[in-house]
Amino acid sequence: MAEDLRAVEGSRLADGVRAYLIIAWMWVRSTMAYRASFIMLTIGQFLGSGLDFAAIMLMFAHTPHLGGFSLGEVAFLYGTSGVALGLADLLIGNTDKLGQRVRDGSFDTLLVRPVPVFAQVAADRFALRRVGRISQTAVVLGWSFTVIEVDWTVGRVLMVPLMILSGTAIFGSLFVLGAAFQFWASDAAEVQNAFIYGGNTLTQFPPTVFAKDLVRGATFLVPLAFVNWMPALYILGRPDPLALPRLMDFASPVAAALSCAVAALAWRAGLRGYRSTGS
Amino acid sequence: MSIESSGTAEPSTPSTPSEPSATAGRAACAGATAARGGFIELDGLVKSFTVRRKAGVLRRTKHEVRAVDGISFSVARGEMVGYIGPNGAGKSTTIKMLTGILVPTSGRLTVAGLDPARERTRLARRIGVVFGQRTTLWWDLPLRDSYHLMRRMYRIPDARYRQNLDHCTELLDLGPLMDVPVRQLSLGQRMRGDIAAALLHDPEVLYLDEPTIGLDVVSKAKVREFLRTVNEELGTTVLLTTHDLTDIEQLCERVMVIDHGRLVHDGGLDALHADGGSERTLVVDLERELPPIEVEGARAVRVEGPRQWLAFPASASAAPLVAEIAAEYPLVDLSVREPAIEDVIARMYADRSAL
Amino acid sequence: MGLYAVVAALGFRRYATYRVATAAGVFTNTVFGFVMAYTYMALWDERPHLGGYGVAQAVTFVWMGQSLLAASSILGGGFEQELAERIRKGDVAIDLYRPADLQLWWLASDLGRAAFHLLGRGVAPTAAAAFFFPLTLPDSPVTWLFFLLSVALGVVVSFAIRYLVALTSFWLLDASGIQQITALAGIFFSGMLLPLALFPGRLGDVARVLPWSAMLQIPVDVLLGRHTGGGLAQALAFQAGWAAALLAAGRLVGMFATRKVVVQGG
Repeated sequence: MAEDLRAVEGSRLADGVRAYLIIAWMWVRSTMAYRASFIMLTIGQFLGSGLDFAAIMLMFAHTPHLGGFSLGEVAFLYGTSGVALGLADLLIGNTDKLGQRVRDGSFDTLLVRPVPVFAQVAADRFALRRVGRISQTAVVLGWSFTVIEVDWTVGRVLMVPLMILSGTAIFGSLFVLGAAFQFWASDAAEVQNAFIYGGNTLTQFPPTVFAKDLVRGATFLVPLAFVNWMPALYILGRPDPLALPRLMDFASPVAAALSCAVAALAWRAGLRGYRSTGS
Repeated sequence: MSIESSGTAEPSTPSTPSEPSATAGRAACAGATAARGGFIELDGLVKSFTVRRKAGVLRRTKHEVRAVDGISFSVARGEMVGYIGPNGAGKSTTIKMLTGILVPTSGRLTVAGLDPARERTRLARRIGVVFGQRTTLWWDLPLRDSYHLMRRMYRIPDARYRQNLDHCTELLDLGPLMDVPVRQLSLGQRMRGDIAAALLHDPEVLYLDEPTIGLDVVSKAKVREFLRTVNEELGTTVLLTTHDLTDIEQLCERVMVIDHGRLVHDGGLDALHADGGSERTLVVDLERELPPIEVEGARAVRVEGPRQWLAFPASASAAPLVAEIAAEYPLVDLSVREPAIEDVIARMYADRSAL
Repeated sequence: MGLYAVVAALGFRRYATYRVATAAGVFTNTVFGFVMAYTYMALWDERPHLGGYGVAQAVTFVWMGQSLLAASSILGGGFEQELAERIRKGDVAIDLYRPADLQLWWLASDLGRAAFHLLGRGVAPTAAAAFFFPLTLPDSPVTWLFFLLSVALGVVVSFAIRYLVALTSFWLLDASGIQQITALAGIFFSGMLLPLALFPGRLGDVARVLPWSAMLQIPVDVLLGRHTGGGLAQALAFQAGWAAALLAAGRLVGMFATRKVVVQGG
C-alpha cells in the first residue's frame, strides 16, 4: 500500500519534470522567433547583473577591506549568491507572473491539463535569456577562486556545489512562496522581489557589514544566511558574527529542505484557496 | 440573400469514415458509468462565494453569494446540450466545477464516473475544453507545434494522433494553416485551431465556452458543422455555452437555461420559446418604400424607408413566411434576427409572475 | 495651459489607484534602503569623509536614491512603454490630430505620475529611514524648496530621455533592447549605484557631466547642502540646460518621425 503510494508520487514527479521540459522547450522555440531581441536581452541581463559587481569594485577602489573581507572574498559571496539566484530565476523565476494569470483568468486553462499545475506554472514563459545573469556571476565566482586564500580540503571543495544547490533551492522556495501569495494578492509581485533581489544584494556582502538584528532576521526568519553566508564562513575560515554553533555552517541543505517544505505547503494552500474561491 | 436561420441555409454534413477503434474503446468504458445513469450527473450542486464589501473606513461586511444555487441535471453519453444564461448567471462557475477547476460547496457531481474536484488530472485526459476568448495555442509558433505539444502532454499514441489530426485538418480546413504562426491567424481560423487542439486526445466530453463569439458568418457555419460531425460520428458528448441562440438552434436538441444560479429551463429550444412566448424578427429590404407588409403569422413592428421589421413566434419556421413575402412583395434582401437570450429569459419571468 | 493641468492631474490619479502595488513598492524600496545603507556605513567606517560626505550624509544619499527611484523613473517604466506601443500599433497617428502637442501632453502626464510617486513612494521610505538611521536633512525650508525644484528638473530630464527612447519605435521593431540599455545607464550614471563623487578619474569626470547626474546626484547634493550660492545656481542651470537640450532633441526627432507617419499615410 505504502509502496503503491510512493510509486504514484514518484510518477507524479516524473510527469511534472517531463511536462516542465516539454513546455520550457516550447518557450525557448517561441523566443527564437525574435532572435535579435533575445540576444539583446541576454546581453542586457549580463550587463545589468554586472552593475552590482561594478558597485562593489568601485567601493574597493577606496578601501582594501569591507567589514573585514577582501575584494576576492566579497566576490566569492557575490558569485555564490548570484549563481544560486540565477539558477532559481532560470528554472522557476516566472512564477511571479502567476498573479497576472489569475487576474486575466488564463490560470484556469492550466487546471484542465493532465499534468501537474505547478510544473506548468514553473515552466511558464521560460526565459533562456536568464543565462545572462548566471554566466556573469559565474565569471566573478571563477575569478574569486583565483584570488581567495583557502585551504582546500575535500570538505571545503564539496561545500561549494552544495551551497550553490542549497542557495538555488532557498531562492526557488522564495519564488514559490511569492507565487502562492499572489493567489490572494494578485498584484503584489513586488513584495517577493524585495525578498529575492533584496536578499541577493544582502548576501553579496559579508554578514559583518550588517546590524546583528538584520543578520538574525536573515538567518531565522528568511533563511538567506544559508544561501552562502554560513557555508562561506566555513570555507573562508571566518568567525560567525552571531557566534552560532559551528554546526550551523553545514546546515544549508537542511534549511533548503525546510524552506522547500514551507513553500510546498504554501503553494498547496494557495491552490486550494483558489479552487474554492475562484479568485 | 443572407438567411441565418435553421432549415433554410443548412449546410450539408459531409460523410466521413467513422473511427472504429475510438468508438470501441468508448463502448467498453461506457458500461461503468451507465449504471449510475447519466454521463454527467449533477445533484443539488451549490457553489457559494464570500464577498467582502467595504461598509465604512475600516469595517467590511461579508456576504455569501450563491453563484450556483442547487442545480441538478443529467446528460447522457453522446448528447449535445446548450447551456445558456445571462452574464453572471453561474454558467462558467458550473463549467469550472464540471472540469474540476473549482471545488463545489455542496451537492454531488460526477463526470464519466469521476469526481472532477478530487480526480482533476485523471479527468483532464478524458475531457476537452475550449475557452472561446482565450486561445491555448502558441502565439509565436506554427499551428502544428501546438498540436505536437498536445500529443506529448496527453501522451497520445502516434497512430491515433496522426489519424485524429488528419481528420480535424480535413474537416476544419486547417491544411494551409499548419505552418503559419498562430499570431497571423484570423479569429475564426484560431477558433478552428483551438477546437482541433481540444479533440486530439479523443475526449469523451467537450466543453465549449462561447465557441462562435466574434466570428463571421462563414466561420460560424464551419465551426457548427464541425461540432455536429464530431458529435454524430465520434459520439462525443458536447456541452456548449453561448450567447448566440442560432448555435443552439442548429446544434442542440436540448437546452438548459441558468439564471441567478438556478436552472430555469431544461428541454427543447422550441419549448423555451413557447415558454417565453419569444419572437424572432425578420428584417426585410424591399425595392422601394411601401406601407407595412401584411402577412399571416407575423406583424410589422417597424418601418424605415424600404426596410421593414416583422415579428413572428420563435417557435415557427421562417421558410413559409419568406415564401409568402417573396411572392407578394418586391424583395431585395432579408435576414432573420434571433431573440437575445436576455429577452427570452426576461419574458419567461414576466410570464411566470403573470400566472 | 488648462488642458495640460488636467492631463497632469489624470496622470497623478491614474497611479494613485494602484494601492497594493504602491505599498509593495514602498516595501521593496525600504528593504533595499536598509541593505545598502549598511554597506555604505561599512565603507564610510573604513574611509570617513569619503567623497566629501560624512557617514550620515552617505546614508541619506542611499535613502534619497530609494525615495526618488520611482519619481525620477530611473529604471524607466511608465509612459514610454505606452507611447512605444501606440507607435508600434499606429495609434500615434490619432494622437497627432489631437489639439495638443504630443510632447507636452506626455510631459504633463509624466509630471503628474512623478508627483504621485514622490508622495506615495518617496515619503514613507524616508520616514522609515529617519526612524532607524541618523539622516542629514536640511532645517531650512529654502533648501527643501530648491531640492524640490531640482527634483522637478531631474524628472523633466528623465522624461526627455525616455521620450527619445520611445520615439525610436518609429524606426525599430522592438525598442525593449534600447529601453534596457537606457535603464542600465540610468542606474550607473545617476548616482543610484554609488555617489558619482566616488567614481575614479576620467569615469567620474564624464559621469558628472552626463544628463543622468541631473536625475539623482544633483538633487541629493542640493538636499545635503553641497551646492550653495553660485554653485547652486550653476547646478540648477546644468539641469535646466540638459532638460532644454533633450526636450529640443525630442522635438526634432518627433518632427522627423511624424513626417514619416504622414508620408506613409499614418
